[in-house]
Amino acid sequence: MEIGMNHFLVVSAILFTLGVFGIFLNRRNVIVILMSIELMLLAVQINMVTFSVYLQDLAGQVFAIFILTVAAAEAAIGLAILLAFFRNRGSIAVEDISSLRG
Amino acid sequence: MRPFEAPALMISFPELILAVLAMILLMLAVVGQKENYRLISRLGVFALIVIATLLFKSNPETGTSFGGMFITDSFAIYMKMLVAIGSAVSLMMAGKSLEREKIDRVEYPVLILFSTLGMMLMISANDLISLYVSLELQSFPLYVLAAIQRDSTRSTEAGLKYFVLGSLSSGLLLYGASLIYGFTGATGFEPIAQALHGQTAVSLGIVTGMVLMICGMAFKVSAVPFHMWAPDVYEGAPAPVTAFFAIAPKVAAIALLARVLMGPFGDMIGLWQQVIIAISIASMVLGGVAAVTQTNIKRLLAYSSIGHMGYALIGLAAANRVGIQGIVIYMTLYMLMSIGVFCLVLMMKRRDKVVEGISDLSGLAKQQPMLALAMSIMMFSMAGIPPLAGFFGKLFIFQAAVSAGLYTLAVTGVLTSVVAAYYYLRIIKVMYFEDAAAGIDKSEDTGLNLILIAASLAVVLFIVLPAPILNGAAEAALSLVQ
Repeated sequence: MEIGMNHFLVVSAILFTLGVFGIFLNRRNVIVILMSIELMLLAVQINMVTFSVYLQDLAGQVFAIFILTVAAAEAAIGLAILLAFFRNRGSIAVEDISSLRG
Repeated sequence: MRPFEAPALMISFPELILAVLAMILLMLAVVGQKENYRLISRLGVFALIVIATLLFKSNPETGTSFGGMFITDSFAIYMKMLVAIGSAVSLMMAGKSLEREKIDRVEYPVLILFSTLGMMLMISANDLISLYVSLELQSFPLYVLAAIQRDSTRSTEAGLKYFVLGSLSSGLLLYGASLIYGFTGATGFEPIAQALHGQTAVSLGIVTGMVLMICGMAFKVSAVPFHMWAPDVYEGAPAPVTAFFAIAPKVAAIALLARVLMGPFGDMIGLWQQVIIAISIASMVLGGVAAVTQTNIKRLLAYSSIGHMGYALIGLAAANRVGIQGIVIYMTLYMLMSIGVFCLVLMMKRRDKVVEGISDLSGLAKQQPMLALAMSIMMFSMAGIPPLAGFFGKLFIFQAAVSAGLYTLAVTGVLTSVVAAYYYLRIIKVMYFEDAAAGIDKSEDTGLNLILIAASLAVVLFIVLPAPILNGAAEAALSLVQ
């Protein structure tokens, strides 16, 4: 079987969907949410590189490098905020993020 | 290799200067002592005012730079001036309140400067890559600002919620951008517009990509159904940060939405108009209904701003020059009113402790009549009662809706503004007709008092001297919609 563009796109779509569902269905741990966010960004990068290869156009790969860089900064900020939250609340369970409600 | 194009770089001069100044301030902040907050904050305000002046003086002709990634035109210059002035004012407003709550850290002004830089680049984005990078440059400092009160559960929780939902939305936007890139073969806005021009059967990939990008940007303007972060973040974040959230980022986000939808997706109007109409109606209705039961003033203002964004989106749904002009006017006046209202929120403290309940305002008219009067002006204006500024904002927006034949939107807008008037007037009723509770302290912050007076005067006197804003908005709209 030949692996074509569609296969790559399907893989990335599956990964992206897993990431989105990981954020909404996860009821336990905020770290899992951070991992889901990374998964979404990685799925997008697969998409970008695939399109870039099949379009014979470099812009997509440049975009993927930018996403990679920004994702690193995002993870750093996310973990820092999570740490500050943990110091106050003593927990990183999703159901404990509930002091603001209306 | 192409020669270095200095003249082309010159059109991004204000951004370059802001980037350099922000980094210099960061160095000063890192090297200096912790007590430097006042100095850094003043320098930050000064830098933003310099930027606003540079923008005011800059050439309003359309031009691109950075290989077509950066565009400037009258629309961009006007919106960037709004953002720069809004950020400068919110930084001035923050001063004393931050010191009182012991979060007067040097990073606060530096983060605001970087976020403002991101907003300005976002308004000037002309490529999917520069759109994404500037959007994140704008968002990351906001996540940190929301959690800046590190020893408070509410503030860090607000930061965490904002971060998770914000990342989700930028993930959606990115996935959309990757589909647009894949199906048009370009990342620049002009090539995308060319690729989409005259297509009769639009592929599913492009439609999905466009809708996902709209979702991502609707999150940044906190339009329903992507609004869930706004009430929690507004309530949890410290009041000066909330003021900044309400004043500047919305202007930039709505400018970006307008540029993307009118530019590269201009030919797809038949597809996105329905989406924008739905989002707009949902925002107006939720903003009107959900705010009625709120008791916390910051939370109430969050719902009120969701409603205001719904009105601004009417102008986008109209998708003509009148509509864009309406958006520009509406956002200018919205910023003005937000500045006034948040001055009052920052003044709300009792015996040096922050209070946020609407009931804490009861009897304000007897204790501090001038403050109550200023607040009433802002509330009447937000409710859209003539002859105050807020009325004209709504007038231009509804005019645009009628000119585009969107009668449903205009009628919904009028009906929901009646509902919204209920909770704005409720605040006035609490201030004037309820017995005094413990009252709130007299504000000794001269800067805050002056800003509140200036904002009130501007709201009242807009009817006498509307020309600068109206002309600026007309010119801005002309550059976006030929």
